[in-house]
Amino acid sequence: MDFLSEHSPELLPGNRPLPPVQGAIEAPHGTTIVAATFPGGVVLAGDRRATMGNVIAQRDIEKVFPADEYSAVGIAGTAGLAVEMVKLFQLELEHYEKVEGAQLSLEGKANRLSTMIRSNLGMAMQGLAVVPLFAGYDIDREKGRIFSYDVTGGRSEERNYAATGSGSVFARSALKKLFRDDFSENDAATAVVQALYDAADDDSATGGPDMGRRIYPIVTVINDEGFKKLTEDEVSEVVRAVHERRMEQPDGPRAGLL
Amino acid sequence: MSTPFYVSPQQAMADRAEYARKGIARGRSVVVLQYADGVVFVAENPSRALHKVSEIYDRIAFAAVGKYNEFENLRIGGVRYADLRGYTYDREDVTARGLANTYAQTLGAIFSSAGEKPYEVELLVAEVGATPEDDQIYRLPHDGSIVDEHGSVAVGGNADQISSYLDQHHRDGMTLGEALKLAVESLSRDNNGGERTLTAEQLEVAVLDRKRPQQRKFKRVLGRQLARLLESDGAAATSAGESEGESEEGSESEE
Repeated sequence: MDFLSEHSPELLPGNRPLPPVQGAIEAPHGTTIVAATFPGGVVLAGDRRATMGNVIAQRDIEKVFPADEYSAVGIAGTAGLAVEMVKLFQLELEHYEKVEGAQLSLEGKANRLSTMIRSNLGMAMQGLAVVPLFAGYDIDREKGRIFSYDVTGGRSEERNYAATGSGSVFARSALKKLFRDDFSENDAATAVVQALYDAADDDSATGGPDMGRRIYPIVTVINDEGFKKLTEDEVSEVVRAVHERRMEQPDGPRAGLL
Repeated sequence: MSTPFYVSPQQAMADRAEYARKGIARGRSVVVLQYADGVVFVAENPSRALHKVSEIYDRIAFAAVGKYNEFENLRIGGVRYADLRGYTYDREDVTARGLANTYAQTLGAIFSSAGEKPYEVELLVAEVGATPEDDQIYRLPHDGSIVDEHGSVAVGGNADQISSYLDQHHRDGMTLGEALKLAVESLSRDNNGGERTLTAEQLEVAVLDRKRPQQRKFKRVLGRQLARLLESDGAAATSAGESEGESEEGSESEE
């Protein structure tokens, strides 16, 4: 990034002049991303809807990307800017790895993303915010970790689960009730799908699983073997199981009262 | 006022080439071979930290001999070139040909500029394609020329001798084990026809493997995996009769 700003600054997001505007700009926005840890790794998932005002701009957008072999980013906020930020982030991690011959630490990666979000502050003030969720497997500590951000680049590590985007309030509440310390990989995947289902239930900008079009959430797993995106068949199995139970209990699994 | 001695341009260039060649010849060699699933790089390099072979981009790798600081400079330049290309356009648009051209320009400019000393390096740039026919290997000598190579190539110390040995023994469609064995054989022959033995610790081995599922095809072959590949080769070479043990180890080496 330092090299890029010297060599071709026009390629960097932070260096563009902003036209003065009145009110919010209409651009596609991505919505809900959730993450949950399990012993040995972390699951990161996102719904597939992009909205522009009250119009659904895209039904099958992908909002979860691998950052490198052991980490992934899920994006909420202005889709165009977020995708560019992820592309630059991926490039930077890969570039560092090739030049230095070693990977950045997970903390290092999280800090780097923080700086990139901060450089977008001008745009964020005009309503074009990008708020990602960063999840990765920490090779040194041998566990999955989740980092969440605010628009100013403030970084905070989340314990166990996290969510970002317009449906995050509902998704986080759902995960709060569902999360267990002893999740298996499959349990964690089911929990995040449940959380996305609840988010879609109450937030109009979050897309639920589209059984008719076979559009399911993107679910990714990062463990000591690296990043893996669940195939459509694997996700559809989880989604169908959740969907079938919801036919009987539309509000999802019930938690104990005490 | 004294006039400087006249040196003819031919002589000046010949001197510079001689200087660079001598520098390169002092180092140990690197060989690059095509095999059925990609391209293998083998270097004699006892150091674990200073690499002679490195990744440039998805399908492209780089190997060099000569002065470390000079080729390291060129390597980082190459990584920057490739990453910038890939970010500005698309990952597909980064090619070994483009990179080799850039290197040739740089090396050529340095070689002919009177103010600078010529770089004492010789580079290899290889790209693995979808099929063995699409593989590309470029050799870039110190003066900025480009040589398009096929099958096998050696640079460094006694490159001529190693190259001719490789030319005689290399054939298309070798397995990784076979190619590695041939590379080590060629590297272990020294100037006066004698043989040294090279162990796994003295070798730096990397492959561009077209069968690798990830986008980035470059992979270092390290430690146990390398030892196993070399060992299975040794067994296959010395005990052709023991078919049982051979087939077992052979299947292992294909992992």
